[in-house]
Amino acid sequence: MESMLHITTLHYLVLGAALFLLGVIGVLTRRNVVIVLMSIELILNAVNLNLVAFSRIWGGVHGQVFAIFVITDAAAEAAVGLGILIAFFRNKETVNIDEVNLLKW
Amino acid sequence: MAPVATPFFFYLLSGIMLIGGILVITRKNPVHSAVALIITLLAQASIYLMLYAPFVAGVQIILYAGGIMVLFLFVIMLVSIDRSMRERQFNSQWVVGIIAATALGGLFIAVYTKGKDIFPEHVLPIVEDNNNTQEVAKLLYGQYMFAFEIASLLLLVAIIGAVVMAKKRI
Repeated sequence: MESMLHITTLHYLVLGAALFLLGVIGVLTRRNVVIVLMSIELILNAVNLNLVAFSRIWGGVHGQVFAIFVITDAAAEAAVGLGILIAFFRNKETVNIDEVNLLKW
Repeated sequence: MAPVATPFFFYLLSGIMLIGGILVITRKNPVHSAVALIITLLAQASIYLMLYAPFVAGVQIILYAGGIMVLFLFVIMLVSIDRSMRERQFNSQWVVGIIAATALGGLFIAVYTKGKDIFPEHVLPIVEDNNNTQEVAKLLYGQYMFAFEIASLLLLVAIIGAVVMAKKRI
């Protein structure tokens, strides 16, 4: 009970791990490309949470700067991913990731 | 300002985040998933505030919940979701996916139970000055200036790539 009431770094790490797992399950099991991209955002957010928690225990703000870089990457990834999605939808009239099989033999 | 009722707010926000994450990966309608993801991101911004990272919390709200999620909603509006909502939502290898995720979860549990001693039990005392944004800016434009420039280049490439791929003919 004592460990439940005292929030340590491990609590934040466990929360980040749980979010990461939810994102992994979404990426591996969903068929809708939009939701797969949202699951990738969940994964990146879990990493951000870990970075900020580490920056809290070690002092300084290096982890927060890294989190900002990760957010920048997430923005770039979302823009390119959604551009690919629009091009894909224009060609195949679907957002189903199972039908992205042009390179399969 | 000293933190008030930290455990209560931590568990409340974690619950909101986890329920939001579960809704993101289980809803049939992508718009519902996007709204659940926005709620998750806002709860995470509050957790950043609990970790004394106000600048990252602001960036999270403005850029993530305000920028990226609007982009997602625009794209959901552009593509037709009627057909995909009538189809099967989970692919045929979902069992393998769940097994892989469970294995990864077991790995996390093993690492965190064995290695929890390497994280300091008591965190550093809070410095009671409100210059978090200035410290972030000093690092961002000082020590990490090169990475900052590369990030701007990455964004430029992403803009060009998104335009090229979304345009009908160049």
